Amino acid sequence: MNPILHLNKVFDNRIRLGIMSALMVNDEINFNELKELLQITDGNLASHIKGLEESGYIQVLKGFIGRKTNTTYKATKDGQLAFKRHLDALEQMIKNSK
Amino acid sequence: MFSNLSIYFAFQSAFMSNTNSKQQEELHQIKQMMERSSRFISLSGLSGIAAGTCALVGAYFASNVINNSYSGFISSIDINLYNQSLSITNLLGNNLMQIAILTFIAALISSFVFTFLRSKTTNVSVWGTTSKRLFVNLSIPLLVGGVFLLKLILLGAVGLVAPACLIFYGLALVNASKFTLIEIKYLGYSQLIIGIINLFFIDKGIWLWAAGFGGLHIIYGLIMWLKYERQ
Repeated sequence: MNPILHLNKVFDNRIRLGIMSALMVNDEINFNELKELLQITDGNLASHIKGLEESGYIQVLKGFIGRKTNTTYKATKDGQLAFKRHLDALEQMIKNSK
Repeated sequence: MFSNLSIYFAFQSAFMSNTNSKQQEELHQIKQMMERSSRFISLSGLSGIAAGTCALVGAYFASNVINNSYSGFISSIDINLYNQSLSITNLLGNNLMQIAILTFIAALISSFVFTFLRSKTTNVSVWGTTSKRLFVNLSIPLLVGGVFLLKLILLGAVGLVAPACLIFYGLALVNASKFTLIEIKYLGYSQLIIGIINLFFIDKGIWLWAAGFGGLHIIYGLIMWLKYERQ
């Protein structure tokens, strides 16, 4: 079986990969923290978040801190599984090409 | 025919190594992002060096006080031990206590300054999720240790103060090391070893305290500075 088939198209992007990596090791991260981590603009980040949300890989939690909105993100079970599969496929490909 | 084949192989291997390095790059990015999002990486080695220097200066002044009036400190506690009248205000009037508090404040401020400056270059806010996590995990063993130390002093067990400082600080570092640079874990282990040694050489307290809080901070600070910050 060709491991390339297991690579996930959704993660074929530096930013979506970054968001997912950060959400694998943190329970929750808010918008500003993600922005700081990835060093990208609001619009760019929002569009990639939307992509991941539509795939069902992340969950958006809207909340408030005082009066300010505080939107946090969480990886879903599906998202964690998909990310692990993607990692395994990457690992396989590196092994095979050695 | 052969040349065609060799061109094919050359192309094939170039293509393979190309995809391979792309995957490795991707894995590297994943690892980096996992680290960056869960660990506070702006801790500056210079903070360690600064804190260590403060500790050495503090230990120098403390050893002068101890040499001049060690018995005075002990007896003042002994007198009050049984009637339980040794209060916190009494302690605050004590020279050693004042030196300890000043050393602690100086170390805290100077180490904060260097880490704050470093956070400007790493672009990680000095009060973000990772630093908060680091702070909380460092604080819990330290606060418990602080209460424990106070009780030791109130009971007159001053010989245990230095080893208890080292041991609680070591535990705090090991606990917090999951949320920052890996060197902090080894700094923690080293403090624990010196603290335990100190338990068996109670009279060497001030020297071992200086070695732990002064020497180890400076050594690890230097290692971290050389590894992460020197350009």
